[in-house]
Amino acid sequence: MHISSDRIFKTILALAGISIPALLIAFIVTLLIDSVPAFLRIGSAFFTETTWDPVAQQFGVRAFVVGTILTSCIALVLSIPFSLSIALFLGEYYRTGVWSTLLKSAIELLAGIPSVIYGMWALFVLVPMVRSVQLQLGVPPYGIGIMTASLVLTVMIIPYSASISSDVIAMVPADLKEAALSLGATRYEMLRSVVLPYALSGISAGTLLSLGRALGETMAVTMVIGNANRMPDSIFSPANTMASIIANEFAEATDPVHLASLIKVGLLLMIITMLINAAGTYVIRKKTLNQ
Amino acid sequence: MDSPVLAIEHFSAGFGETQVLKDITLSVLPNRVTALMGPSGCGKTTLIRCINRMHELTPGATTSGRILLHGEDIYARNPILVRKKIGMVFQRPNPFPTMSIYNNVVAGYILNGIALKRQEKDRIVEDSLRKAALWDEVRDRLHKKGTFLSGGQQQRLCIARALAMNPDIMLMDEPTSALDPKATAYIEQLICDLKKNVTIILVTHNIAQAARVSDYTAFLYLGELIEFGTTEKMFTVPQDKRTEEYLSGKFG
Repeated sequence: MHISSDRIFKTILALAGISIPALLIAFIVTLLIDSVPAFLRIGSAFFTETTWDPVAQQFGVRAFVVGTILTSCIALVLSIPFSLSIALFLGEYYRTGVWSTLLKSAIELLAGIPSVIYGMWALFVLVPMVRSVQLQLGVPPYGIGIMTASLVLTVMIIPYSASISSDVIAMVPADLKEAALSLGATRYEMLRSVVLPYALSGISAGTLLSLGRALGETMAVTMVIGNANRMPDSIFSPANTMASIIANEFAEATDPVHLASLIKVGLLLMIITMLINAAGTYVIRKKTLNQ
Repeated sequence: MDSPVLAIEHFSAGFGETQVLKDITLSVLPNRVTALMGPSGCGKTTLIRCINRMHELTPGATTSGRILLHGEDIYARNPILVRKKIGMVFQRPNPFPTMSIYNNVVAGYILNGIALKRQEKDRIVEDSLRKAALWDEVRDRLHKKGTFLSGGQQQRLCIARALAMNPDIMLMDEPTSALDPKATAYIEQLICDLKKNVTIILVTHNIAQAARVSDYTAFLYLGELIEFGTTEKMFTVPQDKRTEEYLSGKFG
């Protein structure tokens, strides 16, 4: 009796464990099968064409790939100074105490805000700000567009890269820091020449993981990017990302080729995001094993 | 008799309410090896960490009394300047893993942002590595990472790194405790050779090591300085009963 119940329990656990990889494979297979009509009708033009016009049956993903990469990379560059400063503050200067607890919980809360709220905030706060900058610069004052989406993404990814980077910085061995201090280094000199080089790979991994998040972010970006199906010609122009085109058109896509093309965009986005995440996880694991 | 390089006067230290060192007074003569010996927890590591003002980096650390370097109280100076004049070698070899052997030796200059000419750096690297008896082993791989060296070689690299700053005093905190017997013997020989260049204060819990390498020995027990004198005298005719018991292995 006891032996058989043990076996049943083990089987339940095994089934639960298998279900996750099975789901992943099912996702990929479904996306592959459902995008077959797009492969057949459009072929490689899908990757090379920049025009996306469902009425004319033209489905080129190039503009959205550019939109995705542009918004994510601008967000990444803008977030680095902030996340690095927060990481040094939490990982080195104030590892315990009221300030660090306050900051840590604030970061956790920021990471937990639903992205539709970020989108709303961006519409009401960022859009007017970007518009006034555009007026100053003399470019068409859309307000919405690549820059606005990048700014909201910046705010959304800072919590991720800051918390990973501060963990990595806190992991730098104390004896290395003491060695630097014993040579007469100031705290800043120690951070610059010993702590940051040591933590660099971990910090880049954290940055890669937050890039993965920025690439796939849908709701907030869709609300402020302007939803223009064309190649962006400046960092202010309205555009679309791979995620936002799916969110915008999926509900209305009745034509099978249109639907299949959207699914294919999803497949491409999923592959890119998975590769970026795998790279980040690999770097973190390699770093942890080395210690 | 030479005038002391370092004079510790009525010095006490601790963490918060806990007193670790109680009223220590001793002086260190130039170009000698002074050993701080005693059982675990006697405060010997705390004492040398006070000499280069590393003790105060621990939150809650307290100190009182004076430590004079060439007659000047180090607690009245900027700790950064003190640490440039007093080098330190740690229990576990800790070369900087992101730097080459070459850059590890001149790490003190890199960290402090002191720009040196190429020839000047080459000279310091060769000179320091020769003094640390490591030059012949690493001369053809100076630009490789220091972490590929053996433990004993890494510790000698750390000694070279401290020597490169041309310190008045070199503090060694149980420098052989993480090394095998062969590497230990090598470092002990090196300590004897180094004293013509630098004054050394060596922390050890190893009685035999203190006997082998030091000229003067201080015996610390429960935060107090029990006895201080020439190593020869302490090991042959210890004045205090506790010293005698420690040396004969009754505790420790």
